[in-house]
Formats: sequence, C-alpha cells, structure tokens
Amino acid sequence: MDDALRFFYDNREAIFIIILSIFLGIEVISHVPAVLHTPLMSGANAIHGVVVIGAIIVMGHADNILAMVLGFIAVVLGTLNVVGGFVVTDRMLEMFKKRKTKN
Amino acid sequence: MFSSQISILEMSYILASVLFVLGLKKLSHPATARNGNLWAAGGMLLAIIFTILFHKKDGAHIGNIHWILVALFIGTVVGWLVAKKVKMTAMPQMVSLFNGMGGACAALISLMEFPHIPAELIGRHGMLNGETFTILMGLMIGSVSFSGSMIAFGKLDDKIGDIKTKLMRYFNLAFLVLLVAMIVFILLMPEKPEMIWIYLFAALALVYGITFVMPIGGADMPVVISLLNSFTGVAAAFGGFLYNNQAMLTGGILVGSSGTILTILMCKAMNRSLLNVIIGAFGGSTAGVSDNGDKTVKEISLSDAAVLLSYSQKVLIVPGYGLAVAQAQHLCHELDDLLTSKGVEVKYGIHPVAGRMPGHMNVLLAEADVPYEKLTEMEDANKEMNSTDVVIVVGANDVVNPAAEDDPASPIYGMPVIKAWEAKNVIVMKRSMAKGYAAIENNLFYHPKNRMLFGDAKASMQKLIAEIKNL
Repeated sequence: MDDALRFFYDNREAIFIIILSIFLGIEVISHVPAVLHTPLMSGANAIHGVVVIGAIIVMGHADNILAMVLGFIAVVLGTLNVVGGFVVTDRMLEMFKKRKTKN
Repeated sequence: MFSSQISILEMSYILASVLFVLGLKKLSHPATARNGNLWAAGGMLLAIIFTILFHKKDGAHIGNIHWILVALFIGTVVGWLVAKKVKMTAMPQMVSLFNGMGGACAALISLMEFPHIPAELIGRHGMLNGETFTILMGLMIGSVSFSGSMIAFGKLDDKIGDIKTKLMRYFNLAFLVLLVAMIVFILLMPEKPEMIWIYLFAALALVYGITFVMPIGGADMPVVISLLNSFTGVAAAFGGFLYNNQAMLTGGILVGSSGTILTILMCKAMNRSLLNVIIGAFGGSTAGVSDNGDKTVKEISLSDAAVLLSYSQKVLIVPGYGLAVAQAQHLCHELDDLLTSKGVEVKYGIHPVAGRMPGHMNVLLAEADVPYEKLTEMEDANKEMNSTDVVIVVGANDVVNPAAEDDPASPIYGMPVIKAWEAKNVIVMKRSMAKGYAAIENNLFYHPKNRMLFGDAKASMQKLIAEIKNL
C-alpha cells in the first residue's frame, strides 16, 4: 500500500497531466461534423507519432548493436507515422478546400 | 537537475502540446482544418528538433546523431512519397498503415527499455513496480495496434477476408485474459526474467491484434482503425510516462481520448454500439429475416434503364460502399455528364455514413471531379425526393433501407436514411441479392417502384453508359 501511494506521489505531475488531457481530448473534438471524422482521425494518427521522440531518446543512448538496430527501426517507423500521417491528412483536407472554392 | 537547456526543452514541449491541442481543435472545423493539421505538424517538428538538441539522460546528450538523422531522413522520404502517391480512394488504408508504424515504434521502445529497468527498483519488490508495468502495457498495446492495423490495412485493400464465427469471440476473450495473466505473472517475478518471456509476451500480443481484427467486417474497418489509433495514442503516452516526457504524454493521451470519442461518434452515426462493431455480428441470424418468401424482385434490362434515365428530368445518384469497392466513381461522373448533356438534372444524394466512413463518398466523388454543387446532403435530397424521376442506388444498401423508418424491430430502426422509395422510380445496382453490411433484409429491393440491375457497379455502369450512347 505504501508503495502504491509512493508511486502516486512520485508521478503525481504525470498523473495530473494524464487526467486533464483526457478531458481536454474529449472536449476538443466533441462537436466535429461527420464529414471531418476521417481527416480528424488521420490528424490524430499523425499526432501520436510523437512516440518517435521516445525512439530518438532510446537510440540516442543505445550502447549495443541490437539496441542500435532496433532503435534505428523504431525511429524510421515513428517518422513514417508522423510524416505520412500529416501528409495524408493534408491531402484529404485539400479536397475539401478545392470543392469550397468551386462553390 | 536544472540547466538552461533542459528548461528550453521543457518549454518546447509545452509549446508543442499547445500546438497539438489547437491543431486538433482547428481540425474539427471545416474552414480551419487544413491549418490545424499544419499547426500540429509544427508542434511535432519543434518537439523532435529540441529533443535531439537538448535532451539529456544522466548528463549525456543524445548520441548516435548521424544514425538518428539517417533514420529520420529515410522515414520522411518514404512517408512523404507513399502519402503523396497513394490514390485518394486508398486513404483509409494509409491511415491504418501509418498507425501501425506508430504502434510498432511504441512496442520497440518498450522492448529496448525492458533490460534497463533499474536493479535497485527490482531489489525492493522484485518486478512489481510502475516501470515494469508501464513497459509491459506499452509493449502490449503497441503490438496489438501494429498487427491489428496491418490486418485492417489488408482488409481495406481487399487482400484479407473476414473470419466470422462465434468461436472467435470466445477465443479472443480467452486470449485477452491470457495476456493480462502474463502481465501479472511477470510483475510477480522476484527478479528480472529472461528476455525470452518478454519476446513471448510481445508475440502473443501481436497474435491477439490479428485475431482481434479478423472477425470484424471489412466495411467496419474505419471504426477499427479509429479505435487502434487511440490505442497507439495510449501506447505513446505509456512511453511518455516512462521517460517523464511531457510532449509524448500529452500528445498520446490527447489522441487516446479524442480517438475514443471519435470512434464512438462514428459508431453513433451508424446507429450502432462500439461493442456491436467489435463483436462483429450484426444480429444477422435473428433480426429482420422474417418473411421474404412471397416477395418478388423485378429486374431491369440495360436498355430499359438507359431509356428510363435518358427521358427523365431529375435523377438522383445514391452512392455507397459498393461504389468505392468497384472504383466506379469516374464512370459515375461520366454517366452524370452524359445525362446532363441530354438535359437531365443529375444530383448525388450523400448519406453521412455511406461507405461506412464519414465523408468517404465526398472524397471519392471529388476525386472524380464531380462538382461540389451536385452533392446534396441527405435531408435536402429527401426534400426533393417526390419530384425526382429516378433514383440510382450504386452499391448502397443500408442507407436506403425503409426498415429504418417503419420497422421498429430492425436493428437500424431510427437511423436516418435516404428515402429512395418516395421517388417515381428506383434502380438498384448491386452485385447480388446479398444483404448489406448490417446483414438485414432490405425491403426497398422488393418495393413496387424498384427494379434491380445486377452486376458489379463498374461493369454495369460501363454497359449502361454504352447503352445510353447508342440510343
């Protein structure tokens, strides 16, 4: 029990951020029109590519070949997620814009 | 420890988080959506650059910089090219693919961090500590997200079929219990286990991702992708927790929670529950298969259809998933042009969830250069239905099902639909009498006003265009 409380205390700031971010995430997108569901999903998909930062950190402190190789792959995959995600979203939204101007 | 560099790094993370939030906010309004995407991308760039420049662990800067830059370069070039080259119709697949990459990235991070769990932590209570738990959760969710996304990708690309047996449901449940049991098992170990246990755990999570997505229908993949998307967000957040990294934490959680809400919104637009989608069986066995013994279906010949359309004044095309599958949007536009040149007023009736992906039809038809003015929303299409001569239903089913209006027993009762049956004539283009994704009977097909044009949407459309040209 003591350890659980200690864990909470040691990580109180992170837990704070997590809980508030949950509400923020819900609040931010709760009034989105149906046509934007897919681009929004795609945009959010790109944002979780932020995991690439973790990959950079791991690779930045890798001390053996296996970690180097896995880290390299992780950075490549994470970057794919970020770049591909944002570009795909932009292309989807471009379509919306094009039709707007024609209107 | 305080240093000006760490301070700057943390500031960049705050700024990145703010940009993520504002980006998401802007993404949910049509006028600002494109900007929102750029803002979020800006936040990401900022966080990545400052991490490389200023991140320190135990006083050591990020090393292996050359290799990191090479990896970033490869990822950027490949991601950019793939995203730019892919056809508009294949967008959902791409989202799924990139989502899987993120999941794999999170899983790999956990895999590499596991050997680094500090010995002093293990000395206290064995493996029972927050760090182990965080790593295992990141590994599990990331792996499930990766393999699940790959299956979803394959399904959308028509490379993988569905497995629909009730057995899968129990199998999956058992699998999930096994994974949770393994987490508990590892947590209760007195000292750090051999890596083989971790690899085994990761392998099981990968298999679970596959069996989780396999029974879910191909048409429901967008919902699944949205769900897996929020999974990856959570996996990224576990990574953020591990490194005490605020950018990863807020970014991941934001996506996790907004992704979950988005998934629920998507389900709502289809008048279904998330559980219903995941279980994958849409009451196909019991509901709505009451009495179709004495009902008859009338077919229409190509020449009749051609004549009917050519001499109409007002035609409404209702596209659905079948149009997307058959890639018939360009032919649809050709038919539209042909009829318009004959003085027929052609419009498109777009159901909000036609194609089982919100906005799917808008994107498809825009790709075929159908002018925006021709697309009418469901409500407006319904208002004009009485004065419409012919409704052509191309590969849509549930979104034109009258049961949603008049059969309280139907699973889709209450879902707003396009009331095709109120027009003077209906032509349904369909491959067979098979049921739609909801697996329920569609009485529109037996409606006295309706006639069926059987065949693949693309082939039928081609023949129909040729027939009209020959008139």
